[in-house]
Amino acid sequence: MSIFLKYILSIIIFFPLLSALLLVFINKKAEGLLRNLATILSLAEFVISLFLFIYFKSNTYQFQFVERFSWIREFGATYFLGIDGVSLFLILLTTLMTFIALLSSYKYIKEHVKEFVILMLVLETFMLGAFASLDILLFYLFWEFMLIPMYYIIGIWGTGRKVYSAVKFILYTLAGSLIMLFGLITIFILHYNQTGNFTFNLLKLYHTNIPLTLQIILFIAIFLGFAVKIPLFPFHTWLPDAHTEAPTAGSVILASVLLKFGIYGFFRFAIPLMPEASIILTPVILVLAVISIIYGALVSIVQKDLKRLVAFSSVSHMGFIVLGLFAMTAVSVDGSVLQMINHGISTGALFLFVGMLYERSHTRLIADFGGLTKKAPILAALFMIAVLSSVGLPGLNGFVGEFLILVGSFKQYTVFTIFATSGIIFTAVYLLWMFQRVMFQDITNKNNENFKDMTLREIITVLPLILLMFFIGLYPDVLLSRINPTVVHFVNIIEHNKYAYNLIKAKMGLFNA
Amino acid sequence: MNSKDLIVWLIPFFPLLGAILWGVFGKYFKNYSGYLGSIFIIISFILSVIIFFIVAYGHGFTSILYQWIDASYFKVNVSTTIDRLSVVMLVMVTGISALVHIYSIGYMKDDKGFARYFSYLNLFVFSMIMLIMANNFLLLYVFWEAVGLCSYVLIGFWYEKKSAVDAGKKAFIVNRIGDFGFALGVMLIFITIGTLNYSTVFSDIHTLPPYLITTIALLLLAGAVGKSAQFPLYVWLPDAMEGPTPVSALIHAATMVTAGVYLIARCHIIFSYSPDASNVVLIIGGVTAFIGAFSALTQFDIKRIIAYSTISQIGYMFMAVGIGSYAAGMFHLLSHAIFKGLLFLTAGSVMHGMSGELDLRKMGGLYSKMKITAITFIVGGLALSGIPPFSGFFSKDAILADLFNKGDYLFWIIGVLVAFMTAFYIFRLIFNVFFGESHVDKNLHVHESPKIMTIPLIILACLAGIFGFIGLPPFNHSIFYKFINKDFANSFNFAPAVNNYPWYLLSAISVIAGLGGIYIAYVFYIKKSFDLEKLKSKFKPIYDLSYNKLYVDEIYDFVIVNPMKNFAIFLWRIVDILVIDGAVNGIAQYVSITSSKVRKLQNGMLMSYIVTLTVGVIALLAYYFVR
Amino acid sequence: MNVNDYLIVATIIFCIGALGVLIRKNLITIFLSLELMFNAANLGFVAVSEYLNLISGDIFVIFIMVVAAAEAAILLGIAIAFYREKGTINIDDANELKF
Repeated sequence: MSIFLKYILSIIIFFPLLSALLLVFINKKAEGLLRNLATILSLAEFVISLFLFIYFKSNTYQFQFVERFSWIREFGATYFLGIDGVSLFLILLTTLMTFIALLSSYKYIKEHVKEFVILMLVLETFMLGAFASLDILLFYLFWEFMLIPMYYIIGIWGTGRKVYSAVKFILYTLAGSLIMLFGLITIFILHYNQTGNFTFNLLKLYHTNIPLTLQIILFIAIFLGFAVKIPLFPFHTWLPDAHTEAPTAGSVILASVLLKFGIYGFFRFAIPLMPEASIILTPVILVLAVISIIYGALVSIVQKDLKRLVAFSSVSHMGFIVLGLFAMTAVSVDGSVLQMINHGISTGALFLFVGMLYERSHTRLIADFGGLTKKAPILAALFMIAVLSSVGLPGLNGFVGEFLILVGSFKQYTVFTIFATSGIIFTAVYLLWMFQRVMFQDITNKNNENFKDMTLREIITVLPLILLMFFIGLYPDVLLSRINPTVVHFVNIIEHNKYAYNLIKAKMGLFNA
Repeated sequence: MNSKDLIVWLIPFFPLLGAILWGVFGKYFKNYSGYLGSIFIIISFILSVIIFFIVAYGHGFTSILYQWIDASYFKVNVSTTIDRLSVVMLVMVTGISALVHIYSIGYMKDDKGFARYFSYLNLFVFSMIMLIMANNFLLLYVFWEAVGLCSYVLIGFWYEKKSAVDAGKKAFIVNRIGDFGFALGVMLIFITIGTLNYSTVFSDIHTLPPYLITTIALLLLAGAVGKSAQFPLYVWLPDAMEGPTPVSALIHAATMVTAGVYLIARCHIIFSYSPDASNVVLIIGGVTAFIGAFSALTQFDIKRIIAYSTISQIGYMFMAVGIGSYAAGMFHLLSHAIFKGLLFLTAGSVMHGMSGELDLRKMGGLYSKMKITAITFIVGGLALSGIPPFSGFFSKDAILADLFNKGDYLFWIIGVLVAFMTAFYIFRLIFNVFFGESHVDKNLHVHESPKIMTIPLIILACLAGIFGFIGLPPFNHSIFYKFINKDFANSFNFAPAVNNYPWYLLSAISVIAGLGGIYIAYVFYIKKSFDLEKLKSKFKPIYDLSYNKLYVDEIYDFVIVNPMKNFAIFLWRIVDILVIDGAVNGIAQYVSITSSKVRKLQNGMLMSYIVTLTVGVIALLAYYFVR
Repeated sequence: MNVNDYLIVATIIFCIGALGVLIRKNLITIFLSLELMFNAANLGFVAVSEYLNLISGDIFVIFIMVVAAAEAAILLGIAIAFYREKGTINIDDANELKF
């Protein structure tokens, strides 16, 4: 057991890759076997990752389950893994969502099944690796590798303008990450100049002294990389295309995990590496966040395509998370981290439901639906819960995170918070209006006369998410107690940074005057 | 957990259990969901009564279930506060709920969503109980939204009807607008006081600067205005009548819509330290009372008339709490819950007997066919008109007397005017429905409702008859005032009485106004001494204004809804697709155009490659030598 | 003769070869011109090697000759394959190396 726990992160990261390797040897005609095996393996992966949760010590901010091996000695690159309260839940989210995504695609993916399940498992490895890496070179490798499977998933199994969307997705994010690479390498070199050591070790790079002007330039560079991923207005236009054309499983993974990398990148890299610059640029980012919130919500109102609507709602929701993170109070950052998980769960669920609607009627246009409640009451009920979770109804998960973000940001950024809070009105408008047009009223489309309710497999697919919505909504302490030490430490780093602290004080002075 | 705590937590437990059982396993329970659901609520009612006596003969207490959120310095518990205010509300809510549940068994019989209906209804009762019992602002907000959700699903209960679903959505969104302010208020309380627990907030609020108290009060008021359907957010309530009638009785008359008044009464300390905010409450109450009554004058839909009446009556309550007469506001809240619940349920009984007909022009002479309904309706109407000895008389006159004695003559005049209009419109309804000649469709078999529906009516009618007597002897010495004022003892008396006119004088005026309204309705609709059509054309602008509900919906559509929608379309079509995506695709296009030019160099002729190569070599050499 | 003269001759031969590569269309002629250029370079190597009294230049020349022989074999092979494909050895017909 102790050896298992010692290398548990590596096991978790490479288990999907090994699973994929195993699947390579299976005849591609045996689609049922491939699907079942991939699903079972991903479930096993989720179960393994639960050990992280069980053995995680919730009273410390230190990185846990640390593994460290020399990798490229010449550059000081190491194979350095470790998780804290934030990455713990993101890893759990990743393993859970991969399982669910695989389970959801039994009917959706009809051709090239073998390639699909292998790509999904490979993608899982890369995502987990990026969440667990504490070495920026290792992180960057995983970060870039992630794009490749996603590119194929959108490009091969997508619909409509799938190639356009896939290329747009990869170019957009690649452009962002290349600029980010430049920033990371500059910090690496600066650190070498200051200490004479080559190292990609993130924890050591944290102590690099970067002159303020350079910091701002670098921050902007790295910001671009992460902002595209989040996506923050105005770097969001790849998202609706990618989401709309991707297969259900792709949309689910994209929404629940890939988008989180932007926030995670800010949390793990951009802000601690360049605290002063991030404090100086906070107002700019908050403006973008608030614009994202309102803009995403308003644009969602008038969408005609279900997936596009959910995609724009993601822009709006991610805006909240950015707001909370950059308000940089313990409460708001707690809320942001929690909301990352919540958004993964509720938006993932929404995409699953949209996928189910699409599988049944082969359209995503809202106008083609209507009156489905009569035919599919279970679908209606569960879909409703997912919608309400996304609306941020108290008692469900979305509310806790959203409220923590807002209450945490309120004091210092009152105006921004007021604007952000108005987002809760628009969220209700677009989601309820959508739900009404899809599920209520009379059936207008003859194709939907034979609309089938959810099958057992579909219920099993969404049930974990629905239960989590209630669980996190009613008892968020399970998450918060593990997130909180990390977050408090993060906020302390910012505040203890003397220069940064002075800046805050100067700013407060400006506010008071 | 001692026995008191156990009782407290069992009160919301049973409705919640019911909601889950009928919601998940509804198809196995079928009709039992109605009976069992009613029994659950009756158990809650009995427990509430027990708690009531525990508090009445002891003192209030708080009870913590578990810690809900613990994020650094933001900590919130799921916990309750049991004091006189909350037990009174608990008894009222569970009591009316129990009656409405029983009534619903008859009303919703044969509806295919029977179990679903009871699931929603139980969920509502659970949320409302928790709203009342909450002991911090976040929990209050949580269940504030939860009752809104129940209202949403119950208004849109018949989801095939577009109007019903639209109404539900409208209710939810308009409420969200109010809740936007409410949420900001809660946040402001947290960052100024540092906690959301009632006891700390109320004891520390006076340390804040006045402008902050006023801001907090006004933000909370926004929530109250949304939930209680006050001006300018009252537009959702008339539409909400699309839901089943028992729902209108329970949620949109007796309990949920009065939550705003309860909120202000609960936060009376905050409001009493901010006379400005209280004045706003008073003004909103006065305006709403008038608008509601004015709009009700000319409607033909019986449920809508009663809905406007609800808006108007809650306006009274707002006026009361706006002048610091919290006890009077609560008194009217309770008596209104009884008689307005009664009116809606009787209206439902009429609908039931008329196969869903709502237009009073197609009724008339129903008295002989449904005696119990008619009599109970009239009792409700008399209570609403404030005719002694029915409960409305005591509670409404308490408010009017306070308005006069505290020197708010303008609002007193409005109050009396509204009392007059109220009596007129409700008796216009009664005369048109139950008396006069019949306009009922000949093929329609009009019948009295079954016992399971009429018994709750009779119980409510009796209550409407006797409830007012807890308001005796008048004012501060009355049973009710003595009981409830212990909770309001800490509020700051910002509006002391300036007059001390005896109550009988003031009551006489409002009773005369009420009787006058009834008389005019009698003259118009029974004696028909005037030609109504002529009168209508003479006052056409005013009539149209009332008939079209002051055109508020149209104004909102024109000023807010449509511009917003167009702006959203602009953002999507122009900003998103044209500008941002245009820029992105533009860059891509630029690259591809340039490369299509550049690729011409690659013409495939071996010769040209060699030439290029040679030129390149020479250029390099030349550079080397020249340098 | 001093080394400059050798180098001048080598340059002239190189230029002739280069010109031949540039202006002739026949694949074989171009190949011959290329050989001229090689040998011009070889001449330079030998001359300078002699002048500096070093053996390395001579070794290079031998290397180049061996490689050039191998190259010649390949090039002639290409020429034959090209002829089979196109029925001509005119260089202008080798125009498919583009986008």
